[in-house]
Amino acid sequence: MDYPLLAFYAFAAAAVMSAVAVISVRNPVQAALFLVLTFFTVACTWILAGAEFLGIALVLVYVGAVMVLFLFVVMMLDIDIAKIREGYVRYLPVGLLVAVVMLAEMLVLIGIRARSASPFADNIAMAAGSADVPNTTWLARALFTDFLLPFEVAAVILTIAVIAAVMLTLRRRVGTKHQDPAAQTRVRPGDRLRMVKMAAVRPTPPVAPVEETKP
Amino acid sequence: MTDVVTSLSLGHYLALGAALFCISLAGIFLNRKNVIVLLMCIELMLLAVNINFVAFSRQLGDAAGQVFVFFILTVAAAEAAIGLAVLVTLFRNRRSIDVGDIDTLKG
Repeated sequence: MDYPLLAFYAFAAAAVMSAVAVISVRNPVQAALFLVLTFFTVACTWILAGAEFLGIALVLVYVGAVMVLFLFVVMMLDIDIAKIREGYVRYLPVGLLVAVVMLAEMLVLIGIRARSASPFADNIAMAAGSADVPNTTWLARALFTDFLLPFEVAAVILTIAVIAAVMLTLRRRVGTKHQDPAAQTRVRPGDRLRMVKMAAVRPTPPVAPVEETKP
Repeated sequence: MTDVVTSLSLGHYLALGAALFCISLAGIFLNRKNVIVLLMCIELMLLAVNINFVAFSRQLGDAAGQVFVFFILTVAAAEAAIGLAVLVTLFRNRRSIDVGDIDTLKG
């Protein structure tokens, strides 16, 4: 048993335990934090398998962006946890049964296949004819030649997602003070300052002669 | 068999992916009322699929597997953003994220 295998076992145990914690903890904030741990641990196993770029991308994209978004939303919403946990025990037996049977079936299939597979260290698959090329270069050569059009489509998908997320959550509240940039840009000098034409000296009312004749 | 146990191989990664997939499936069964945890379980499921892609890409020496993981990450990020936006809008209108409360279409 060599060192990468020991490290993999440690990472896999941590990933499985934190994944179990994600689905079993009571508080959604704690679930999100355990999901961060799961993603980070799986990123470690990817780096162990030689996929350095994807491991770093997983940490940056998921731990850095998506999970922070999850935490924002979880903390923003005022959730009644006790009410939401009502059906937990009710669905526990059937959920565990389905999951365990599926896992057993998959492991049997993997076990049959794994007997004939050669370990990673023996085959030169990762090199694929060029042993000294880093993983990022290797990935970028495929990404920017064969997969250039899907790459551009992915950029479009992300743009559409941003616009859709903003449009879904945008709302105009009544009674709050807010700025309207379009109106600010459209403003003309005439709307702010009104020139009034009037005489320079106010004409004095003719009251003085009336007072003189009174006594 | 001894060869597999002593060194890291494809089967280890496939087993890890299968375990994570089944855990997230059980999570979808168990947390049927909490939409946030349902979204987290879907993310976990996508991660389990990605593990398989990375493992097979490493085994076969084909870059297409890792490129596909890249695209799955993109789509999953978009899905999380839109899903959470829908969730926020839902909570704003119904004051609840309980799946049992969302039965307007039931008639």
